[in-house]
Amino acid sequence: MDMKVKYRLPSLPQQAVLDEQDQALITLIQTGLPLTPTPYADLAKQLNIDEKEVIQRIQDLNETKVIKRFGVVVRHHELGYRANAMTVWDIPDETVSELGLCMGQFDFVTLCYRRPRRLPDWPYNLFTMIHGKDRDDVLANIQLLAKRCDLDEIEHKVLFSTRRFKQRGAIYR
Amino acid sequence: MNLNTDNKLNEQQLNSIEKHLLNDFQHGFPLVSRPFKKIADEIGTSEEVVIETLNQLQNDGYVSRVGAVFRANSIGASTLAAMAIPEDELESIAAMVNEYSEVNHNYKREHQYNLWFVLTASDEHTLNAVLDDIEHRSGHDVMYLPMLEDFHIDLGFELDFEHDQKSAARI
Repeated sequence: MDMKVKYRLPSLPQQAVLDEQDQALITLIQTGLPLTPTPYADLAKQLNIDEKEVIQRIQDLNETKVIKRFGVVVRHHELGYRANAMTVWDIPDETVSELGLCMGQFDFVTLCYRRPRRLPDWPYNLFTMIHGKDRDDVLANIQLLAKRCDLDEIEHKVLFSTRRFKQRGAIYR
Repeated sequence: MNLNTDNKLNEQQLNSIEKHLLNDFQHGFPLVSRPFKKIADEIGTSEEVVIETLNQLQNDGYVSRVGAVFRANSIGASTLAAMAIPEDELESIAAMVNEYSEVNHNYKREHQYNLWFVLTASDEHTLNAVLDDIEHRSGHDVMYLPMLEDFHIDLGFELDFEHDQKSAARI
């Protein structure tokens, strides 16, 4: 089968510069902190550095936005938010940033990304993940979003998930 | 998934310590020597109870982890991918996609593109190799949709334990 070269991008967004110690730390924390009284000291021991340095490095990763959020990562489905719909929008390039920023503020929107269009099959360039307790709840959230961000004229599709084959945290290395 | 998804969510069964732990520390987790002690002091319990409860929440599948959510593509490379698979092949192709350790989410969705998954790898080269392998093994094209811009400010997700209504907008 042919490489779908036209579907590949030449480059992904700029990556942060991380030294080996950062990378080793990320490898250790990507599956979660050890649930012990002194998690950072325990990580430090594994990395052969001291606790202060572990905390400082995590702080730096937070500040440089390599880490988006540091804390308890919950599973929506298990907590009663049984429905989620990837809602995709075909927004003119000139207004996509403005509308994306508007949508990204709502807490039921857990992802809000611009992605490339794949014409002619796929015209949608803004992807939002919308959670809710059930389908109607999700649809109501989408309506609220459309109203607040003035999206009435924007062509969109609501792709409910009907089955979860796999879900876990990303493993980078 | 090896999870009890249908039984226990009855939010009333969660006690107030569990609710605090689920809702109040999704971001800004303490970066101090004894973080669980700090949390315990804030919510009025002991360090031991906090650790035990988080362990339990993790075992029950309510909490996936206590730790970092990394910005997409800030380390390694990741992408969303979609395939349009005939219904009778979906099960086997979904299982095949799941085999890759690079795949961390994989959902069936209501659309002609019915299989949607997220791939994460150390670099773009590995990512491309996996995508090519999936295309080759499945005999179907993969639509590759990497993130170009992130508009979301991730402060976690406020769980509404009180009402059956939609969660409130933050703005």
